[in-house]
Amino acid sequence: MGVLKTFVLGGVHPEENKLSSNVPIEALPVPEQAIVPLGQNLGAPSKPVVSKGDKVKTGQLIAEAGGFISANIHSPVSGTVLKIDNVVDMTGFRRPGIVIKTEGDEWDESIDRSDDLITEVDYSAEEIIEKIKQAGIVGMGGATFPTYVKLMPPPGKKADHVIINGVECEPYLTSDHRLMLEKGQEIIIGTKILMKALKVAQAIIGIESNKPDAINHLTELTKNEENIKVVPLKVKYPQGGEKQLIKAVLNREVPSGKLPIEVGCVVQNVGTTFAVYEAVQKNKPLFERVVTVTGKSVKKPSNFLARIGTPISKLVDAAEGLPDDTGKIIGGGPMMGKALPSLDVPVVKGASGILLMREQESHRKPESPCIRCSKCTNVCPMGLEPFLLAKASKIGKYDIAENEKVMDCIECGSCQYICPASIPLLDYLRLGKNKVGNIIRNRKKK
Amino acid sequence: MTMFTIAGSPHIHGDDSTKKIMYGVVIAMVPAMLVSIYYFDFNAIRVLLLAVISSLFFEWLIQKYLIKGPVTITDGSALVTGILLAFNVPTNLPGWMVIVGALVAIGMAKMSFGGLGKNIFNPALVARVFLLISFPVEMTSWPKPMPITKGFFADVITGPTPLGLVKEGLRAGESISKLQSELPGYVDYLIGQMGGSMGEVSAIALILGGIYMLWKKIITWEIPVSILVTVFVFSGILWLVNPEKYIDPVFHLLTGGLLLGALFMATDMVTSPMTRGGQLLFGFGIGLLTILIRIWGAYPEGVSFAILLMNAAVPLINRGFKPRRFGAKPGVQLGS
Repeated sequence: MGVLKTFVLGGVHPEENKLSSNVPIEALPVPEQAIVPLGQNLGAPSKPVVSKGDKVKTGQLIAEAGGFISANIHSPVSGTVLKIDNVVDMTGFRRPGIVIKTEGDEWDESIDRSDDLITEVDYSAEEIIEKIKQAGIVGMGGATFPTYVKLMPPPGKKADHVIINGVECEPYLTSDHRLMLEKGQEIIIGTKILMKALKVAQAIIGIESNKPDAINHLTELTKNEENIKVVPLKVKYPQGGEKQLIKAVLNREVPSGKLPIEVGCVVQNVGTTFAVYEAVQKNKPLFERVVTVTGKSVKKPSNFLARIGTPISKLVDAAEGLPDDTGKIIGGGPMMGKALPSLDVPVVKGASGILLMREQESHRKPESPCIRCSKCTNVCPMGLEPFLLAKASKIGKYDIAENEKVMDCIECGSCQYICPASIPLLDYLRLGKNKVGNIIRNRKKK
Repeated sequence: MTMFTIAGSPHIHGDDSTKKIMYGVVIAMVPAMLVSIYYFDFNAIRVLLLAVISSLFFEWLIQKYLIKGPVTITDGSALVTGILLAFNVPTNLPGWMVIVGALVAIGMAKMSFGGLGKNIFNPALVARVFLLISFPVEMTSWPKPMPITKGFFADVITGPTPLGLVKEGLRAGESISKLQSELPGYVDYLIGQMGGSMGEVSAIALILGGIYMLWKKIITWEIPVSILVTVFVFSGILWLVNPEKYIDPVFHLLTGGLLLGALFMATDMVTSPMTRGGQLLFGFGIGLLTILIRIWGAYPEGVSFAILLMNAAVPLINRGFKPRRFGAKPGVQLGS
């Protein structure tokens, strides 16, 4: 394959542990009760349009976008709205959500439930964007940024490339990998839809070389597509970060503080691309997704197609139960995922995986003094000095943190992963980002 | 209800640790240790044990009774300092001086700054320079290497180091070509058959250790390579100008404490710069100062002074040399 492309600055190589990469996607039964948090996207939470006692069908709109950067939410089940109340979501906080009691599984009539592949894209760019907006699609790699917003570049900006993110650089996670293997054609059509929506001629699908079957499959499917290129990438974390991926495939650098559109790129995850296909070609809103359930002690590491709102305990049960030695439950991958308070929280649009970590893997090593080894600086994919930013944040020198670009931090965790002194660098960097973000906002207000 | 651990990401950690790094350095010093025991027999073991035990002891004493904090003498850092201190003194140094050296290294240069990670200067080098200034006679009487095979506890005969020989000879008005006949050969420098501090004599042993540390990613190439290249180029230019007055660059590379300093002392993480550019400048400065001191200074050897002087410049270097920030360059190559 020759020299594989990758990004230049920093990066680490955590153990891959892709335990479920050979396990086909399995559809889970509809849950008896769906818990649908209203804040499932980056930006404003959605506003409910149903009330207690209402009958809803699967795929029916139950909450609408609460602002420009927000997304619609559709019922993942058919049944009766039990209550609209605070529910515990993946952050561990109690936040508003809609709880629906399931009765059967009656889908909204407008959804095309057939298995037919619809290859022709008969819609204009505006129609596509509207459909994606209606379907409530958000970035499914975990960022949950509303997809339709990305498809409407601000005035004066023009995209020339759509980049499909099939990197899946997080250890353990395999949902994107399986999707590329099992829904390759749909992803290619989804890519074309995105190209049409953005009026761009070129698309690139970036996949790390630890998924040779996915690379071969998609290369085969695109052999007659001149404008869609599959690019194998050297395995390196965090290649799935938008900025790192653009650098890897096109050697373009998104300027500090700017979005990918600045360099003519729009990046979409493969899961999102599949959801775009379903929304545009099948009229199917986003109410289910592929979730990897994995961990070293998990009996049956799996990839499940689960309805949004399914309690993750159901997914764990389907993977043959919670191992006795579980010490930590992570929503997402081990590098950027969030530790969950319990198994009662529901699957949301941004949930790519559930990782059950063993007790002995669940605790941080004791912190020791910084020995100024500069490993954190060497692995930072943004060219920052994490040791310095962490120190500045810790002692409250937010001006230093701001000048040294703390806001550029993508929270990939590479610095903390590599630190021989086991210093919780990212904890301090998040603190610094939070404080500096507030300072910048207040300054703008004046 | 089962309670699960909640913590911020990342949830996994690479297996690197301060301990691993420190013990990695110790392993890298084993070849040089063996060579010094081979050439300086019992005395090498004596100095090594004294330096290590007293370094560990002083660290324990200060942490336990002065700071009254956690005792961390098992982290390997005091062990490394102890071995490096032993490497930096002649093997016939009186025992109590070694102990004073350990006290200076651990107490003055390390713990008084706040302990591991906080010191500005390399502790072992501070101790070496302290001893050199306080006990100039004992610190410059170098035992002649005597292979262990020729008898244990042999009488120690002292003599000058090659660098000292050259310095004295030039002062007395002799020419390099005349001095060459009195000097050991390059093969001797490589294997360690020359007078000098305990750990600095064998170039091969030190390079082996350096390769091991590079392989284990304990050090990076920037500092040693920039030091050695600077020394080679600078002394090479002088040699080309007047080979009768200035000795050849290979001699400078292989003698004295240059390899020990470049591979084991200047690369000390705590006291060296954080970025690649800074490290290159740091190494350049050490190389330059070393040759300046060796040729025009009062002492025949200048590596320790050069490293300590550049240690002092590290905070400033860290300010001036930042890593290349992602997305800092405004120019974007469209359509590449």
